[in-house]
Amino acid sequence: MSLETASPSAQHRRHGSNAGQPLTRRDGVLKVTGRATYAADNHPEGMLYAVTAVSRIARGRVTSLNVAAAKAHPGVVEVLTPANRPPLAHDPDVKMPPFGFRVEVLQDDTVRYVNQPIALVIAETLEAATEGAALLNPQYDIDIARTGLESGERFGLAAVGVGAPPRTAHGDIEAGLAAATRVTEADYVTPQQFHNAMEPHAVVAEWDGDRVTLDMPNQALALSCASYAAYFGIPAENVLIRSPFLGGGFGSKAILNGPQILAILAARMLKRPVKLALTRTQMYGPVGHRGHTWQKLRIGTDNEGRLTALHHQALCATSSFDEFIEPAANASLPLYASPAILAEHEGLRLDIGTPGPMRAPGEASGSAALEVAMDEAAIACGMDPLEFRLANYAETEPGTGRPFSSKALRECYAEGAKRFGWSGRPLEPRRMRDENGFLVGWGMGTAVFHCPHFPAEARATLRADGTALVETAGADMGQGAWTALAQIAAEALGLDPDQVELHSGISSLPDGGIAGGSGHTASAGLALHNAGEDAIARLAEIATADPASPLFGAGNIGVAARSGRLHRHDDEGRSESYAEILARAGRAEVVGTAKAARDPAIAEAHAMFSHGAVFAEVKVDPDLGQVRVSRLVGAFAAGRIINPRLVRSQYFGGMIWGMSFALQEEAIADRRTGRIMNADLAEYHVPVNADVPSLDAILIPEDDPYVNPLGVKGVGEVGITGTVGAIANAVWHATGVRVRRFPIRIEDLLVDRT
Amino acid sequence: MSLSIGLTINGQPRTVTLDDPRVTLLDLLRERLDLTGTKKGCDRGQCGACTVLVDGRRVNSCLALAASLDGAEVSTIEGLAEGETLHPVQAAFIEHDGFQCGYCTPGQIMSAVGLIAEGHAGADPERIQELMSGNICRCGAYQGITEAVLEAQKILAERNRRAAA
Repeated sequence: MSLETASPSAQHRRHGSNAGQPLTRRDGVLKVTGRATYAADNHPEGMLYAVTAVSRIARGRVTSLNVAAAKAHPGVVEVLTPANRPPLAHDPDVKMPPFGFRVEVLQDDTVRYVNQPIALVIAETLEAATEGAALLNPQYDIDIARTGLESGERFGLAAVGVGAPPRTAHGDIEAGLAAATRVTEADYVTPQQFHNAMEPHAVVAEWDGDRVTLDMPNQALALSCASYAAYFGIPAENVLIRSPFLGGGFGSKAILNGPQILAILAARMLKRPVKLALTRTQMYGPVGHRGHTWQKLRIGTDNEGRLTALHHQALCATSSFDEFIEPAANASLPLYASPAILAEHEGLRLDIGTPGPMRAPGEASGSAALEVAMDEAAIACGMDPLEFRLANYAETEPGTGRPFSSKALRECYAEGAKRFGWSGRPLEPRRMRDENGFLVGWGMGTAVFHCPHFPAEARATLRADGTALVETAGADMGQGAWTALAQIAAEALGLDPDQVELHSGISSLPDGGIAGGSGHTASAGLALHNAGEDAIARLAEIATADPASPLFGAGNIGVAARSGRLHRHDDEGRSESYAEILARAGRAEVVGTAKAARDPAIAEAHAMFSHGAVFAEVKVDPDLGQVRVSRLVGAFAAGRIINPRLVRSQYFGGMIWGMSFALQEEAIADRRTGRIMNADLAEYHVPVNADVPSLDAILIPEDDPYVNPLGVKGVGEVGITGTVGAIANAVWHATGVRVRRFPIRIEDLLVDRT
Repeated sequence: MSLSIGLTINGQPRTVTLDDPRVTLLDLLRERLDLTGTKKGCDRGQCGACTVLVDGRRVNSCLALAASLDGAEVSTIEGLAEGETLHPVQAAFIEHDGFQCGYCTPGQIMSAVGLIAEGHAGADPERIQELMSGNICRCGAYQGITEAVLEAQKILAERNRRAAA
C-alpha cells in the first residue's frame, strides 16, 4: 500500500529510467512551506478588492440596489451594476466555441439563478468591499422558481457533454428486450454536486494599456486567453494568464465565469489592479456543478446471464439559459457486450446556474446507475456480480466492434478480487456480521474512462552546461503534472529529472493544451517528449558533422541519448557529453520544438479507455442505519504509468470522490425559493480524514501501442467511476435494501424488516 | 480608527496597526503582513485551510479577530522550516504524498504540528484520522496525511527522547 519510506526526504529519488519512478513532487517543498503562490496570494501595488453581491432569488428581476449606501461606506471606491457596467466586446449571451458558456456579467437586471452576481463592489480593503456589498440591500420582483422535476421544462437536445450526440443506438433495443428471459428495470437519481475545490475561484487583474495580466487558477490557458481577449476586444497575445498553482480544479476552472470577468472589467475601468476571490457560498451557482440526473436502466438477459439489451435513459438538469448536459447514459456505451445498446438523453430546464464538467462528467453519474443496475441484473440471474460482468465482458467495443487500443480489465477484475478476498462472498444479502454485530456487505463495480488527447506544443532547450529547460503552458491542479511532465521530458532528453527545469503554468509558453479529461499527461507529455527528441536530433546533427567529435560520421548509424551523453548506436564506447558538443560548436544552447496531436487514423480505428475494478466493504449499524466504508480496493489499468506514487494518489482521490458520491455529497435546493440550503463546507458533506477507510490501489501493467506514442492513458477520473456502484452494491449486500437515489442516507436503510 | 496591537509572529515581535476593527487574523496575515502561506478556503471555520498556532493552540485564523489577539504568539507555515531544513512534518508530507493541489496543506501541517505538540497524536492511525478531521482535503490525500503524521510523530518523539537523555 505505502511506498518505501526509509527516511523522510525532500529530495527526488531516481533509480534507472526516469519515467516509471515514484519520484516525490517537484513542487513539494514549495507546497509544504507555504511558498507556492496561488492566485489570491498576489498583491500588486495599489490593488483594490472586489466583492460580488449575489442574488438571493432564483428567478426574477432586481428592482433596486442601494448603491448610495454602499458608496457612502468608507473605503468603497466603485459599485458596478447593470446601470454603469462598461461594455464588453463579446455578447455574454452568445456562446463562444469550443467550450464557451453563457455568462452573467450584469448585462441586465434579470436573475436566472441563486448566487448570480448582481453587482460588484470595489474598495480599498476587503472588509470595506464586503460591507459595501451587504449594504446594497437588493429588492426583487420574484418569479416562481423552477426547482425540480415537476416544475422544470423538458426539452430535446442537440448535444450532451462536450459535443457528444444525445442518442446513440446499436442494434434493436426492443428486439433485444423481447429476446430476454429476464428484464431488470429500475430508476436512479443522482443529485446536484459542487466541485468545492479548496481554493475558491479568484483573480488578480492588472491592466497596462490594452494588455492585461491575470493571476488566476486556470485549467485551459490558451483557450482562456482567446476567450478573455474576445470579451475585452484585445488580441489574444495581450492576455497573460499566470497559473503556477491551482488549489484544485476538478473541471470548474477550465471555463470562464461571470465574476472573474467582472473583476477584470473593474480593473480596466478603475485603472488599478483588482483582486476578487469568491466566498465559498458564492461558488454554488456561477462556476458550474455536476447536474442533477434522473436515469432509467433496462437490462435484458438470457438464460446464461448474457445481456440481450442495455437501455440507458438520462434526464439531465441544466439552466434556463444554457445547455451543458451531463452525458450520463453514455456510460453504458463502452463497457458491456450486448447485441443492442441504446443510450439517450433529455434535458430539463431549471432556474439554476449552468452545470459543467465535474470530475468524470457523465461517467460518474452514469456509472453510478449502470453499476447498480448490473448488480441488480446479476442477482436476478442468480449470479455473482463479478461472474456476471465477466460473462458480459466486451472483447471489442460494443456496437462498433472496434478493437480496444488496450484493455487489461480482466486482469483488474482478477487482481482486485484476489487482493480484496472476493471469492468467499455469499450471494445472499445480510449474511455477514463483524465482531460488533454490524452488518457487513461486499460490492463491486467496473471503472471506465475515455482517453481524450488535446493538441499541445512544447519547447526543449539543451543548455551549455548539459542541463535542459523544457516549457509548455500546462496546469498542475494537484495531479502532479510538474513532476510527471518533467520525468517524460527528462527521458526524451536522456537526462536525470533533476537536470531538467520545467517551466509551465503561464500562458506565454507554448500551448500545453487543457488539463482536463484526464488527458493532460498524455497531451502535454507527448509534446514535451517530441520537443526533447527534436532537441536531441539537432544536437546529434552538430556532433555527427563535427570531425573533432567521436561521433563524427555516425549520422547514418544513429546515436542514442543517455545520461547526458550521445552514444553511437553500434559502438557504445564512442560517446560525447551534451556540454562538450555544445562547447566545441560554440553554441549556448540547442532548441527543439514540437507540436503533438493524436493520429486521427489510429484514433478512428481503436476504442481507447482506461479501465478498472473496484471492490468495497461496508459496515452498517443494524439499528441506526449508519454506513461506514471499511475497505476499498481498486485495480486500474491505464497504460504506461509515469509516476506510480502520484498515480496511486490520483486513484485514491478518485475513489474518495466515489465514496463521497455514494454516501455524502448533495446540494439541496429549497423547493420554494431554489436557494441551496447547504451551500457551505459544514453542511455540504465531503469526506474528512476520519471518513476514509483503508484504501488500496493496484496498478495493473498495460502496454498500449496505439493510444499515443508514450502509451499513457489518463488516471484522474477513472477512480470515481465504479466506486460509487461498488459501495451502493455493498450497502445492498449488507442490508438487503436497494437504494437507487444518491447519496444513500440513513433513513433509506431504516426500513421495517419485520 | 486605528488600533495598535503587539504580536509575535514566527518568533518575531511586531507592532501591528490595524486599519479596521473587522480584520481577522487570517486577513491580517494574508492581506497586510504578506504572509500568504496561510490559506482561505471557507472563511467560516469549516475547512481548516487557515489553521495557525496561537499561543501553541490550533486556531482557525478566519474566526479570530486580530484586535482580540494583543500579546499573542502566532506560528504560521512560513515559520516552520529552519532555513532550508524542513520540519519533520513537512518532510513527511512530501515523502508520503500527503497533498495534491497543496492548498489545504499549510493548514494540515499546522494542525499536525499542533496536535503532535499537544501529545494527542500517539501511534494510533484512527486517532490521528479523527484529530485531523478539522482539515478538509478535497483532493483526498488523507491516507498520505495520516501516514505522514504518524511518521513525523515518531521522529519527533525520538528526538525528544534523545534530548531528554
